[in-house]
Formats: sequence, structure tokens, C-alpha cells
Amino acid sequence: MNQLSRRKLITTGIAAAAGVSGLAVAARLAQKYGLVPPDHGGVYGLGETLTYASQRLLTRHSLAREFQPSQISQRPVPNDIAPLSDAYKRLQAGGFVDWRLSIDGLVDRPTTFSLAQLKSYPSRSQITQLACEEGWSYIAQWTGVPLHHVLDLVGVHPRAKYLVYFSIEPDWWESIDMSDALHPQTFLAYGLNGNDLPTPNGGPLRLRLPRQLGYKSVKFVTHMTVTDSLKSFGKGLGSAAPEAGYSWYAGI
Amino acid sequence: MGESVSIPTTVSALPAAKVTARHSALVRVTHWITTLCFFALLLTGVELIISHPRFYWGETGNVLTPTLFKIPIPSSRSSVPTGYKYVLPDQNGWSRYLHFQSAWILVLTGLLYAIAIFFTGHLRRNLLPSKSDLSWRALSAEIFDHLRFKRPGPAEAWSYNTLQRLAYLFVIFVLFPLVIWTGLAMSLSFVSAFPATVTLLGGQQSARTLHFFVSVALVLFLLVHVFEVFLAGFLSRMRAMITGKVAP
Repeated sequence: MNQLSRRKLITTGIAAAAGVSGLAVAARLAQKYGLVPPDHGGVYGLGETLTYASQRLLTRHSLAREFQPSQISQRPVPNDIAPLSDAYKRLQAGGFVDWRLSIDGLVDRPTTFSLAQLKSYPSRSQITQLACEEGWSYIAQWTGVPLHHVLDLVGVHPRAKYLVYFSIEPDWWESIDMSDALHPQTFLAYGLNGNDLPTPNGGPLRLRLPRQLGYKSVKFVTHMTVTDSLKSFGKGLGSAAPEAGYSWYAGI
Repeated sequence: MGESVSIPTTVSALPAAKVTARHSALVRVTHWITTLCFFALLLTGVELIISHPRFYWGETGNVLTPTLFKIPIPSSRSSVPTGYKYVLPDQNGWSRYLHFQSAWILVLTGLLYAIAIFFTGHLRRNLLPSKSDLSWRALSAEIFDHLRFKRPGPAEAWSYNTLQRLAYLFVIFVLFPLVIWTGLAMSLSFVSAFPATVTLLGGQQSARTLHFFVSVALVLFLLVHVFEVFLAGFLSRMRAMITGKVAP
């Protein structure tokens, strides 16, 4: 009996040690392969990490579903936005001729683009679904320049891990990993259903990310920064969403 | 009364450790983890519905499109026309975090349970009904007993009845897989890798509507389940599921 309990104790000890070191190794590997979201701290960290890690592994190269022109919703929902800032209204009054998108951070050539410049690059269209975390959705045709085209122009450093992007409106910013930033369907969108992108839908320039919920598709984008760490942005949780209690990763 | 004595007596012939084990530790632990996760999922699911208490069929649906049906409750979003003059506070942030965290724990627990019951014999011994129990005569007698709310006999403290077995099997192998499937089919990222999971359901909004209906079915099961526990004797059934022991 004594023998048995000692054996049991040793086995349990070894199993526990293996379990703990296994978890530690898994955490290290997850960190190394970029499978840990910036808002992994706190009580919901486990669920967030499992969701982000599994979806990142399953969907690294998958394409968002695209639809037929006949499936386009009659009206793209102009979702509520806060009253627009004076800075936006000034540019709107000038027909957005002076709208600029600046890209800096871990890039070889920090650059500022005008809308005309962005429109001069090869344009692509996608008919994809925009789904809101509230539960509603619509399908529309988005036209723009794939973000990877613009990122190639500025030359992204190999050390780059995240792209942080800002709206002209205050406190409205998000970030995505480089896998999403370089994804072929991630657009700098300036057109909707064949027309210029209207203001309620984020015009003149919106980052369109069809594999995540609508709140990651920030409206009125004017600035982007490539970085290897999100710690120095805001509260270090990755974007404005977690600061407001919402998850950073919105693939589900 | 004689019967109620005879059962513990036959059991007491078994080795001491086995006498008291009505429910194995695996069944008890997974049962309560599932319970906890289910309540978290239910609460947060209701909160998420409040932000858009409208349901649709097909790929898309929003405040500009007709609904399949609406739930006549106030909303946490001013953009939703509900007929109420007030807007509830937004609870979606933590609700989404907790919904998915509970879903993960529930799925992992459920997987452990579903795999384990094949090997421990729980499925064969306690869940699958025998052929004779599935005869029309046996089944109709059992349905009749249930409709009369007949209190279960003492033998049922040790074994599930046929309707109970069928209900549990349906929940484990039909409703839970369906609720997971319809939930994942709403994920833009998940369906980018597995598009058939949403097209088979008729679209993303159909998936959301089905997710709601399967959840309602699970809640109905829960209500009947708890009712039957009260009918059978709340304390003895709770003790069995917590300690594993059956009251004498």
C-alpha cells in the first residue's frame, strides 16, 4: 500500500510537472508564432487566446466569401457615427482633395499618400459581407487598392508584427497582425457599389477587412503605423476596442 | 417499499468503494462545468440579442430589411426601431468575451465527456436504451407515466429511464453539435476557411436564427430537466450529482 501510494505520488508529480512545463512550452510557442492577442490579460484571456490562435492557424490564407452582384443589399446600412470633427468637415468641404494617408513606423520609406495617388494604383473590387457585432449585416461591393500593394511601396521591415491604423476622428483606432494586413482582401476602400464611398459608410477612405466584424473596418483612415509591439499604443491592449471592453480580435 | 430496500442491498454486495458511486467523477465534474458555462452562455446570449432583437433568413439582414420575426423587447442600440422610448445600456463587450470563453470551456469539456463515455461504458450502459425499452408498448407506458408526472420509482435513482436516455442522447449528440455549428457559421473568419458550414444553413443570418432556435430548445430541455429533478426529489438527485452518493 505504501509502495503503491508512493508510486502514485511520483506519477502524479511527474504528470503535474509535465503538464505545467507543457503549458509553459505551449505559451512560449504561441508567443513566438504570434498566436497571443494583445488583450490576452484578464479573466477572458483564455478564451480570447484560444479563439485568436485557432482562427489564425485555420484561416491564415483563407479568403472571405465573395458574393454575386445580385446578392448586393439594396441599401448599405449607414451605421450611426458620432458628429464629425471640424478637421473632417474642412476636408469634406474641399472635396477631399487634401485628404492624406500617412504611413510610418517600421517601414523603409515613410510616405504620405493623397486620395488621387491611392486611386492611381491598380484598383480591385470585392463583393463581401459587412457584419456588425450586434448581429446585423449587409453585402456590398467595395472598391479600393489592396493594402499589401501600398505596404509594398513603403517597404515593411521583416520585424513588423502589427499594423496600427487611425481615423481622423478622435480615439478611433484599431490594429491587425501582419497576416491580416497583407491579406489579399484587406483594402483601402474608396468606392462602394460603383460610387465614391459615402461619408456614413466611412468615405473617403476606409480600411476594409472582410474577415473581421465591422468595428475593425475603421472609417476615415488618415494614418497607419507599422510596429513590432502594441505596448506603446494607448493602454497597450492593441486598439480602442479593448479599451472600450470589446475584443481586439473580431473574427467571430 | 420492499423494492426500495432490495436495490441498495444488491449493490452493497459490491466492493465498498463502488457502493456509493451513482455518478462517476467524470460525469459529475463535466455536468457542473457544463451547467456553469451554459448559464454564462445563456445570459450573454440574451444580452447579445438585446443589441439587435430582430431575426432574418438568408445571408443578410438589418434595420433596412424585413425581418423573419422580432422579439418585442427594448434594445441596447438606438438604431433599432423597437417601439420603446428608451435604450438599454450596452453589454456586448463583456458579453462577447464571456460568451466565447464559456463556449471554449464547454466545447472542451463536452469533447472530453463525449470521448470518455465511449470508453468508460457510460454511453452503452447508462445512455443507450435497450431494444426492449424501445418497443411501442414500453415507450407508450413510459410516456404515459411522464404525462401523469408520476414520481420515479426507487430503481430510477440508479438508472435513467428510456425517455431520459433519449433526451440526454438528443442533447449530447444533436443539440450541442448544432449549437456549436450554427455559432461558428456566424464567424466571418471561420467560414472563410469552411464556407460550406454557412451555405448549408442558408446564409449567415439563417445561422444566427437557427442558433437562436437551438438555444431555445436547449433551454426547454433545461426546464424539463430541472422539473424532473424536483419531481424525483431535489435533495437526493442533487446529492447524487454532487457527491456521487445515493441517499438511503
